[in-house]
Amino acid sequence: MMSDVLLEVKDLHTHFKLEEGTLKAVNGVSFTIRKNRTLGIVGESGCGKSVTAQSIMRITPKKNSKISGQILLHRESGAADIVQLDEDGDEMRDLRGRDIAMIFQEPMTAFSPVHTIGNQIMEALFVHGEKDKRKARDHVISLLEEVGIPAPERRIDEYSFQLSGGMRQRSMIAMAIVLNPRLLIADEPTTALDVTIQAQILRLMKRLQRDNGMAIMFITHDLGVIANMADDVAVMYLGKIVEYGSSRQIFKDPKHPYTKGLIRSIPKFGATEGKHLATIKGTVPVPLDPPDACPFANRCSEFIAGKCDIRMPASVVVAPGHSVSCVLYE
Amino acid sequence: MSLSKYLVQRLIYALLVLIVISFLIFMIVQLPRGDAVDRIVNARQAQGDIITEEDEAALRAQYGLDKPIYAQYFIWATQFARGNMGQSMLGIPVSNLINERIVATMLLSIISLIATYALAVPIGIYSATNQYSLGDYFWTFVGFIGLATPNFLLALIMLFVFHKAFGLSIGGLFSPGVEEQPWSLAKALDLLNHLWIPIIVIVTAQTAGTIRTMRATLLDELGQQYVITARAKGLRYRQLLFKYPVRLALNPVVNSVGYILPRLISGQTIVAIVLNLPTLGPLLFSALLAEDVELATSILMIQSILAVIGVILGDIILSLYDPRIRMEKGVT
Repeated sequence: MMSDVLLEVKDLHTHFKLEEGTLKAVNGVSFTIRKNRTLGIVGESGCGKSVTAQSIMRITPKKNSKISGQILLHRESGAADIVQLDEDGDEMRDLRGRDIAMIFQEPMTAFSPVHTIGNQIMEALFVHGEKDKRKARDHVISLLEEVGIPAPERRIDEYSFQLSGGMRQRSMIAMAIVLNPRLLIADEPTTALDVTIQAQILRLMKRLQRDNGMAIMFITHDLGVIANMADDVAVMYLGKIVEYGSSRQIFKDPKHPYTKGLIRSIPKFGATEGKHLATIKGTVPVPLDPPDACPFANRCSEFIAGKCDIRMPASVVVAPGHSVSCVLYE
Repeated sequence: MSLSKYLVQRLIYALLVLIVISFLIFMIVQLPRGDAVDRIVNARQAQGDIITEEDEAALRAQYGLDKPIYAQYFIWATQFARGNMGQSMLGIPVSNLINERIVATMLLSIISLIATYALAVPIGIYSATNQYSLGDYFWTFVGFIGLATPNFLLALIMLFVFHKAFGLSIGGLFSPGVEEQPWSLAKALDLLNHLWIPIIVIVTAQTAGTIRTMRATLLDELGQQYVITARAKGLRYRQLLFKYPVRLALNPVVNSVGYILPRLISGQTIVAIVLNLPTLGPLLFSALLAEDVELATSILMIQSILAVIGVILGDIILSLYDPRIRMEKGVT
């Protein structure tokens, strides 16, 4: 159903010009985000998942980044291609916060330490045209209450360093949803939190999604969190999506050797007792001027010489909504 | 803790610190062998005067140098606390000597300070936001030249160039004969005419360091997550630049306000000597050379008092400016 589609990313490339060469952080990524659904993006550090999010927000470092491809944001007024917008232009700035908002991994550093959290949350309202300070303040207080911050009328005037980690991340979520965005990008929102707080934050995000109908793009390296949160899952490796499918398809019937490796390496209660945890050999290479081949080839346990290392495998649909880029399925 | 309670506590500590400092200053100034009377005696004998033991003793008694050292300190300290800074060896009350020079000193220091910040902060911001641009390299180059050139050398060069090229005498703060005149528009203009050379010299030296500090701290802040957060909210780059990173990068600058006060007096002594400026720096220098105990200890004490006040002031300003420090100190 096309009307459900909120954001379409088509063949996105985000490259960074470095002295050592071109760092292809995102190298041909396509996916679709639908209303009221959660897309999980999973992958190891350095696979390009955060850069994908920053590209959608157009907040990659200005000087040396180059974005190409299409990022279509569907609105009532028609689709806008975010890649074509001026990153400092009025249209892009208006989009940020209002249509797409983002929460970050480190809530401690994501707030300025010398401004109250109320000041910083209200700012999002003021930037997007709110004039009435009283109204903005009341709105933020009720929002802080909604995200589960006790005594919000007092907390609004406190600084980020006076709040606990969980409270900070709640404030951060309040700041992101203050304008009721249609897409919330969460870049490792629970990585810096301990497990009980993590569960609370995830519940909060689910509740907000139910209440507001927003779409969530959830970035994490934690498969457990993805299984809990995501409707659809994109598995990223070295700037590419190697497998895409529903949460069920990915976890019950993984196709790509990388996805299989990831799932194998989840510790299972009882089953792995006394055994070494399965790992994927090697480490993620740095995508500096990468060759045009399967990025996982050098770590793959099912590597086929002469096939995997000569070209990038095409994306193959293996089941409705389930696609994989691997020569084994071509 | 309330601010007033905090202040009282700080002032009590400050007083204790000052008592210790005053003792140290007094002792150190006394350290060289012989005392001022020896010098007077030597000078008079060199002129052919005959000085008897009684004359010497009388001189010692006149300056209070016959008493034991702790008694001398006690007398000096109690007198100083009452505002009586005693008599210089030049035969002039110390307070008169200091009064003569304090206005010029403050004028010069404060103007050059304001000029330093007015130049360095915007240039630092420009350099950081346009890192590795042509402008950044240009200012870095200028900054390093300013940093590497000794002030007194720059002062000498300027004296020489302006004298050779324009026939200007730019030493001192007034043209010859103008200083004694009563204040008038002409005198003020004459002062302005002389003021800009020392200010350029002082500012050149101070600006370089401040630009580097501003550039480095701002670059640090620009990479912080909260800058990205602010962009993600839809703020204009300029709006967020001044609200967040610049504000935080100014922290060390704001803090340095406290350390400026003592520098007002002796910060630019060599430049002042080269340019023949009637400020307190050269006065202190000659007082130390002449073992003019009363004068030297008084200037050093004033400087110490300014340093202690400066540190307290800096802390107060910084705690008003940065809530983290306010909370840490428990001051509300």
